[in-house]
Amino acid sequence: MKSLQEVKEAIVEDFSTYDEWLDKYEYLIELGKNLSAYPEEKKTDDRLIQGCQSRVWLDSEVRDGRIWFTADSDAIITKGIISLLISVYSGRTASEIYGDDFGFITEIGLKENLSPTRANGLASMIARIKTIAEENL
Amino acid sequence: MKVEEIRQMFPALSQEVYGKKLVYFDNAATSQRLSSVIECQKDCALGANANIHRAVHKLAVEATKAYEDTRDAVKSFLNVGSRDEIIFTSGTTHSINLAASCFGNAFVNPGDEVIVSESEHHSNIVPWQLMCNRRGATLRVLPVDNDGHLLVDLLEGMLSERTKILAVTQISNVLGIRNPIERIVSICHSKGCKVLVDGAQGAVHGGIDVQETGCDFYAFSGHKVYAATGVGVLYGKKELLEAMPPYMGGGEMIDHVRFSGTTYAPLPEKFEAGTQNFLSVPTLRPALEFAQEVNKDAEVQARQKEIIDYLLDKLGNSPEIRLFGVPRGTEEKIPLFSFCVEGVHHEDLALILDKMGIALRSGQMCAEPLMDRFGVTGMLRASIAPYNTMEEAEYFVKCLDKAAKMLRA
Ligand SMILES: Cc1ncc(COP(=O)(O)O)c(C=O)c1O
Repeated sequence: MKSLQEVKEAIVEDFSTYDEWLDKYEYLIELGKNLSAYPEEKKTDDRLIQGCQSRVWLDSEVRDGRIWFTADSDAIITKGIISLLISVYSGRTASEIYGDDFGFITEIGLKENLSPTRANGLASMIARIKTIAEENL
Repeated sequence: MKVEEIRQMFPALSQEVYGKKLVYFDNAATSQRLSSVIECQKDCALGANANIHRAVHKLAVEATKAYEDTRDAVKSFLNVGSRDEIIFTSGTTHSINLAASCFGNAFVNPGDEVIVSESEHHSNIVPWQLMCNRRGATLRVLPVDNDGHLLVDLLEGMLSERTKILAVTQISNVLGIRNPIERIVSICHSKGCKVLVDGAQGAVHGGIDVQETGCDFYAFSGHKVYAATGVGVLYGKKELLEAMPPYMGGGEMIDHVRFSGTTYAPLPEKFEAGTQNFLSVPTLRPALEFAQEVNKDAEVQARQKEIIDYLLDKLGNSPEIRLFGVPRGTEEKIPLFSFCVEGVHHEDLALILDKMGIALRSGQMCAEPLMDRFGVTGMLRASIAPYNTMEEAEYFVKCLDKAAKMLRA
């Protein structure tokens, strides 16, 4: 498994090849479409992340001392974003996640380029991932 | 008026977003500002910047005049009988909260009823809920049909001597269909029920004659009719406003203040407590003048009708698009279109269209009960102003198709 740092660097690198925002969206849409299926029965209110215009569910499980995330959204770009987050943080230890600054999100320009409502959603997704890590420290 | 001529009057329209020409289709949320409005606000700030109604010095007299002359402009815009019936507020929301709260205190008692329609903006629901809770009254709902028409035929059966007031929008910010206000007022009045009309959208598209319509209250916001933000109007019939207690207490709304008891200023100051927004209120004058002008201008109206017909055709006849607010004829519809695209989330579309330079509204549009009524979590909305062009409408349709394909592929 690649280190957290390596994975983040690879994503920043990927994003830097797209000049146009529409291409970045294409990339996120692809990620969203490829996210593995999330069980319907786990689309519960306690897994729903508040603060997004679209609905986003995040579930987690601890195995072998690592946190594994699964997620879904009814909007495809949001699904791409949560998929991106999961690809970075799923399978990491609680302290690795909790200690991370999530700075790569700013580096790829996601934060600035999403509408404030969406940026809120992004902030809520990150906050939920951090909370889950904190609960498992 | 030619569209280029109108566009010249709105400096914000010439900007680019993400290197693309801005297509501003979120006019129902707020319109762009007229340059005369921007100038007016600047002139007030640089020239007649003094608190109104109070001091005797030159600047204060000028500021007061600018403010009070605006009341006359609103009087003629709504065809109000008396200046005393016009209260300046911060916007529609403030106007409705004032009306609901004070009307409730004066006239609503336990066991009474209040009616709102199913297509109301949250601003015309929650103030009534708050008041009903406080007064022990019940809130009832007049439904809409599948096309977005109010089921006015049900109204008579809902009214009784306990129904004190009905609050209804002149035009829903989601459905964009003109409601039959005169008919609603006449049914309500025949049963002794008062009517408040939410004119946030209606004031922009055609306005109203309050005397002819007979409504008891009318509320609208300046920022949706090309004026500055932070100002609005509440019209209320004099005998009602006089019977209602004040909303906020403070400076200007009083006659005499003693610790043994306070007497209040006459209308309209009774409802204008504290320092008013004297820098922005005067912007209503050039703004309402422009709104009246475009509403009367045959060329502008013909152009708007052409855009309405075009978008009704494109959005109303596509098997992949579900349009909300389907009119019986074009004259019933304003250029405002809320819709869902089959299999694609409204927020995804709004994000992609934004990058194509098109500003749309997505989400619940402050009308969650209406979203529930149609069984959707949100919609996409394109709302058009006299400065928008047919080319923009065509570009929007093309981009919508492209974005939907991109999201589905
Ligand atoms: C129909 C309707 N009512 C009320 C409002 C609230 O207006 P404001 O936010 O300016 O108070 C709006 C604006 O969104 C509206 O469209």
